[in-house]
Amino acid sequence: MELIGQMKLAEVGDELEVLSTDKGSADDIPEWINKVGHELLDSFEEDGVLHLVVKKTK
Amino acid sequence: MRILIVGGGMGGTILANNLARRLRGELKTGKASITMLSATDQHMYQPGLLYVAVGKMSPDELYRDQASLLESSIRFEVDPVTKFDLAGNNVTTESGKRHDYDIIVVATGSRPHAEGTPGLAEHALQFYTEEDALNMYRSLQEFEGGRVVVAVGVPHKCPMAPLEITFMLIDYFKGRGIMDKVQMHYTYPIGRVHSLEPVANWAVPEFERVGVTYETLFNMKEVTADKVISEEGTETDYDLLVTIPSHKGMAVIEENELGAGGFIPTDRQRLNIEGHDNAFVIGDTTNLPISKAGSTAHFEAEALAENIAATIKIGTPVRDYDGKVFCFIEAGEGRATYAMFNYQNPPDPKPPTKGMHWFKTVYNKMYWASARGLL
Ligand SMILES: Cc1cc2nc3c(=O)[nH]c(=O)nc-3n(C[C@H](O)[C@H](O)[C@H](O)COP(=O)(O)OP(=O)(O)OC[C@H]3O[C@@H](n4cnc5c(N)ncnc54)[C@H](O)[C@@H]3O)c2cc1C
Repeated sequence: MELIGQMKLAEVGDELEVLSTDKGSADDIPEWINKVGHELLDSFEEDGVLHLVVKKTK
Repeated sequence: MRILIVGGGMGGTILANNLARRLRGELKTGKASITMLSATDQHMYQPGLLYVAVGKMSPDELYRDQASLLESSIRFEVDPVTKFDLAGNNVTTESGKRHDYDIIVVATGSRPHAEGTPGLAEHALQFYTEEDALNMYRSLQEFEGGRVVVAVGVPHKCPMAPLEITFMLIDYFKGRGIMDKVQMHYTYPIGRVHSLEPVANWAVPEFERVGVTYETLFNMKEVTADKVISEEGTETDYDLLVTIPSHKGMAVIEENELGAGGFIPTDRQRLNIEGHDNAFVIGDTTNLPISKAGSTAHFEAEALAENIAATIKIGTPVRDYDGKVFCFIEAGEGRATYAMFNYQNPPDPKPPTKGMHWFKTVYNKMYWASARGLL
């Protein structure tokens, strides 16, 4: 939810890193990025927190 | 110690009254002062708009004179702030007046940004202002059946409103005896029907029971006369479209470059504006990833009042805001449930009951006591 809101405010080319402990996000965020056509640059888990790095492409 | 509160809505009012009580002595001796600047002399109970939209409350029930809600020791002026100078510890208002302060709290709220979605304002019903809620009710009365779509933008205030309006519309159509001619369809921006997973898990069986179809990962990109097109490349047809557009903070926040989208970067525990020790934010205007709800503003206001009073009395804040939020959820058929949660603990909504609906109905009247700080 936060990512979608922040993506609206970001400029094309900006990279955003989402930190989430919500299990649904692990599947939903990559699926959303794929559908809308942004780019998933990196994803990893650290101390139980999911990190996803996303680039706004349009 | 000059305390300046910008905004006289839920957060600002509860904060001001709470502080006025804690600092009674200091206000009497002139050691402290509280000034509130707001954009209007009226205070609106915004949750009531949900009921106005389905003909269950009348708009005049939603307003009180702001001055009547405030402790007499609070100086109140209707003179909106146009310029914030956080480095210089002052603000300038629409009338051109300058207010110097020692501590500032920004609580200017948020607003639907329908203009962000082409065609939305023209074609969709909304209920987040008095005018829109009344207009929605008038349109509902003329509706004789068809496909009703509830579409939601992000971010938006009142996390439960999308579910509540869906259930309340069903009750409205049942009341008119036309539910058999109505198909309800709900869309939501993320991959489940609510941002809070336990609430989504509660809502899906309720939707299935009452025959609401739903679609997730649906962000409104454009609205035409008969369909909503999503960012994700899908579209959905409608005969009647009810929306909650994505929100922004107030324009003045963006104009003063205090935060992107009008939401100010805020410390999640101390509620200060990042980089400033004497400037705070509460309510919808924070950029915190928690619900933009009246109860959020309320619990933040209580924590902050305690900290500001303690800072004045003993030179240090005494507690952190723990992310507490409490939201009623109107579930239709005269029933309601609730969600209570904080940064650490997710909500666990219980099966809806008639008792909880009556509690919400009573709260709609008791809100004024809560704003005055009596609850
Ligand atoms: C339809 C609807 C249903 C809702 N239902 C619920 C619910 O059931 N439960 C719940 O908890 N919440 C609910 N909410 C959300 C709740 O109303 C808000 O989250 C809450 O009002 C936020 O409080 P706030 O103090 O941040 O802002 P607000 O209460 O919006 O107050 C903002 C204040 O700032 C003032 N202002 C604006 N610009 C300026 C300026 N430049 N200078 C000075 N003052 C300014 C305004 O005049 C106003 O007084 C609902 C909202 C809506 C619209």
